[in-house]
Amino acid sequence: MTAPRDFKYVGTRPIRHDGVDKVTGRASYGADAAWPGMLHGFVLRSPHAHARIVSIDTGAAEAVPGVHAVITGKDLPETTATIALGEAAIDLRDIGDNVLAKTKTLYHGHAVAAVAATTIDIAREAAAAIEVVYDVLEPVTGIDRALGAGAPILHPALVTKGAAGPDAGGPTNIASRMELKRGDVDAGFAEADLVVEREFRTPMVHQGYIEPHACIARCGEDGRAVVWCTTQGPFVVRDACAAIVGLDPANVKVVPSEIGGGFGGKIVVYLEPLALALARKARRPVKIVMGRDDVFRATGPTSGSKVRVKLGAKRDGTIVAASASLWYEAGAYAGSPVGAGAMCMLAAYKVPNFFIEAYDVVVNKPKVAAYRAPGSPIAAFAVESVVDEIARELKIDPIELRLMNANAEGDRAPYGPKYGPIGLAQILEAARAHPHWRAPLGANQGRGFAVGFWFNAGMNSSATVTLNSDGSAAVVTGNPDIGGTRAAQAMMAAEELGIPVERVRSNVGDTDGSGFTDVTGGSRVCYATGMAVIRAAEDAREQLRARAATIWNVSKDAVGWENGRAIPPAGTEKASPMTVAELTAKMTQTGGPIVGRASLYAPMAGPAFGAHICDLEVDPETGRSRIVRYTAFQDVGKAVHPSYVEGQMQGGVAQGIGWALNEEYIYSADGVMENAGFLDYRMPVASDLPMIETVIVEVANPLHPYGVRGVGEVPIVPPLAAVANAMRDATGIRFTELPLSPPRVLEAIEAAAAVPVEA
Amino acid sequence: MSKLHIETTINREPAEFLCEPHETVLSALRNGLGLTGTKEGCATGDCGACSILLDGRLVPACLVLAPEAQGRTITTIEGLSRGDALHPLQQKFLEHAALQCGICTPGFIVAAKALLDATPEPSEEETRYWLAGNLCRCTGYDKIVRAVLDAASEMKGSAA
Repeated sequence: MTAPRDFKYVGTRPIRHDGVDKVTGRASYGADAAWPGMLHGFVLRSPHAHARIVSIDTGAAEAVPGVHAVITGKDLPETTATIALGEAAIDLRDIGDNVLAKTKTLYHGHAVAAVAATTIDIAREAAAAIEVVYDVLEPVTGIDRALGAGAPILHPALVTKGAAGPDAGGPTNIASRMELKRGDVDAGFAEADLVVEREFRTPMVHQGYIEPHACIARCGEDGRAVVWCTTQGPFVVRDACAAIVGLDPANVKVVPSEIGGGFGGKIVVYLEPLALALARKARRPVKIVMGRDDVFRATGPTSGSKVRVKLGAKRDGTIVAASASLWYEAGAYAGSPVGAGAMCMLAAYKVPNFFIEAYDVVVNKPKVAAYRAPGSPIAAFAVESVVDEIARELKIDPIELRLMNANAEGDRAPYGPKYGPIGLAQILEAARAHPHWRAPLGANQGRGFAVGFWFNAGMNSSATVTLNSDGSAAVVTGNPDIGGTRAAQAMMAAEELGIPVERVRSNVGDTDGSGFTDVTGGSRVCYATGMAVIRAAEDAREQLRARAATIWNVSKDAVGWENGRAIPPAGTEKASPMTVAELTAKMTQTGGPIVGRASLYAPMAGPAFGAHICDLEVDPETGRSRIVRYTAFQDVGKAVHPSYVEGQMQGGVAQGIGWALNEEYIYSADGVMENAGFLDYRMPVASDLPMIETVIVEVANPLHPYGVRGVGEVPIVPPLAAVANAMRDATGIRFTELPLSPPRVLEAIEAAAAVPVEA
Repeated sequence: MSKLHIETTINREPAEFLCEPHETVLSALRNGLGLTGTKEGCATGDCGACSILLDGRLVPACLVLAPEAQGRTITTIEGLSRGDALHPLQQKFLEHAALQCGICTPGFIVAAKALLDATPEPSEEETRYWLAGNLCRCTGYDKIVRAVLDAASEMKGSAA
């Protein structure tokens, strides 16, 4: 157990170090940089969801005055390289083909060529002059078509990986199948007094970051290249660009800009290899900025899904059996988060008998990217809706039912390991005790409750803490700051060194200036990179103790450390405690500069749960609904900067509400995305939402010196079900398909009203 | 095609630039004048990241043609602070942690300034509807609305 500790800075709310630059417009994001001699790039994209590329003629485009380079898939070597991402791997063959189609286009918006010219207008005009001959194929527009008889096949060589299913063998659109099981499911259901089974569907949704993808790249005659871009993972960009373009990674430096949101969608590359390949061909820097329509069509989304869930419970509420089948759309290439969905879906509950099968299905839609707790919200929507049904049938309070079945420390998680200390019971009890749970509801209002789980990630992190002669410090890590991590890291360094937090500069390094660090993702930065910062600061502190020992001519072990001061051993002549500034003023005389450093691999993180209460009001005449009150409870381990912890919770809730109520990719029958803009892809705006109350619960994570758990992902998991359960409470209708948009809700209300009530 | 020469006033100073007839004010600000604080999120007037004041009126710079700036007065995020003093909205955004990634922040602050210029004491509902043209994907708007309301009350206090 982590010993209780009195913190000086951790838990306070200092103004973030990068704040003034961001409120004055000075902060430089992906599209804000301009380099001398820069060309502008434009990407030509497929108008067809599924087509064979017969030929591409770039002659007319190359002849346009002002055009310096044109590239197609033939200009990029096929690569079989992979990039490690924690214990998983990113397959760069697929990424390379996604960046620029080689033989087939697999979704509406798939890149087929790119142009660099002196102005963006010329680049666009030249791209329009490229002649692409397509052999248009029937698109696979969804899971049912992908699995149906005679379905078109996206990848003829695709073989289903993993646990063989009944349909193994032969051409397939199923990229993988996995199973999770425990106990005897049939016996479990036989024991149940109540069995509820439902099938759920969710559409593709986008991360919706406000900053489009953007980059500038240059490449010298010696093969040395620099890429400036907005990314969650500069080292991923470096390795991916090198492999896809055919450069030595040692020659590629990636400089991350400020990042305008990512939520998982800015981990892989889209534009960067194209800018780099164009820059190499033109020998001029090339800048490419993606339009919002292309952001929707060609980046990001998370899976559309079909999930079937069956739960069995005893009359007293004990859940005794579960079975589930999940099909997630991967988009054009293998790799949906269906496995994570399967592993998360029962994480909250002690279920003695279960069987889960999970299918990764390729369809002619954009290749999915990570989106905040990838896979878990979809699975939680299904399970938490069914748990809500069980509570209703058995007339048990939904929080009581969950408490009754809640996993606790020492229980085995459905995905394998035994839980350490987890805060599930604590957040459920906090929700039960909260006034929101008992507040009266108005007309046409309903209340929903749901819980959610995410593993959180650890992985690789590095940090340096450099002391200056005036006693200030500079922290460098390799994680782009997507929501306040610089402030948190400065606070941790200040805590360890005992210097004011304002005296710590916190920096995001580039791939040459920081040690290897995995992506800003997996809720890992404050946890794992924070741990690296703490250790680097400890390292600097130990060096300070050694310097004090030199000055006092005593052994280092005899030097104490208290409140940012080295303490001489009792009885040392003429020695009095020395502050960090007093010690650093003598650095040159006592051995030279002091740089604390740490690098680590954290194989595990502290998993976390959230519980949400949602009040919703529906207008029965229009089907429009409005969230009227929302409270989110979460075990965060230890909140380093509580304001940014609350912000993560509120932001995740808002995204989840958007997913539940309005957001969806709409495709025509021929696979064309019809709502590729913010007007028609309806994300929540300020007038859609109430204040979002947050309740921070702190159950220390023993893996972190301060008890920190990852925070960012959990809060998007419960809202889909919390909203749907509130809608059930308000209307009496169980909705099993998202979004709960006004037309869908109105249709269901009218259908329910038309059914004669049985006597 | 020759470029047009436009004379205008930006952030209280005379400014001039050359632009294509079809170029937007957003492009002229960002690419011609180096004022990159005004962001492009969509280029269709739906996200508010490029909010500016044109003759005091809140507009998305992506929907105004650059030649239309001739003889007009433009305020961008770069024009809000005075010397060392942040605008109260900027200060309150920092104090309330009303930004995470920060890309929408300039647009929100400019839009909120337009709100407070017209309505010094907005209600929460007025604030939410006024800011409905600005998308934020990180914060859920809670802390943004609180920052704007707090700035309004502080500005009212200092004006009294």
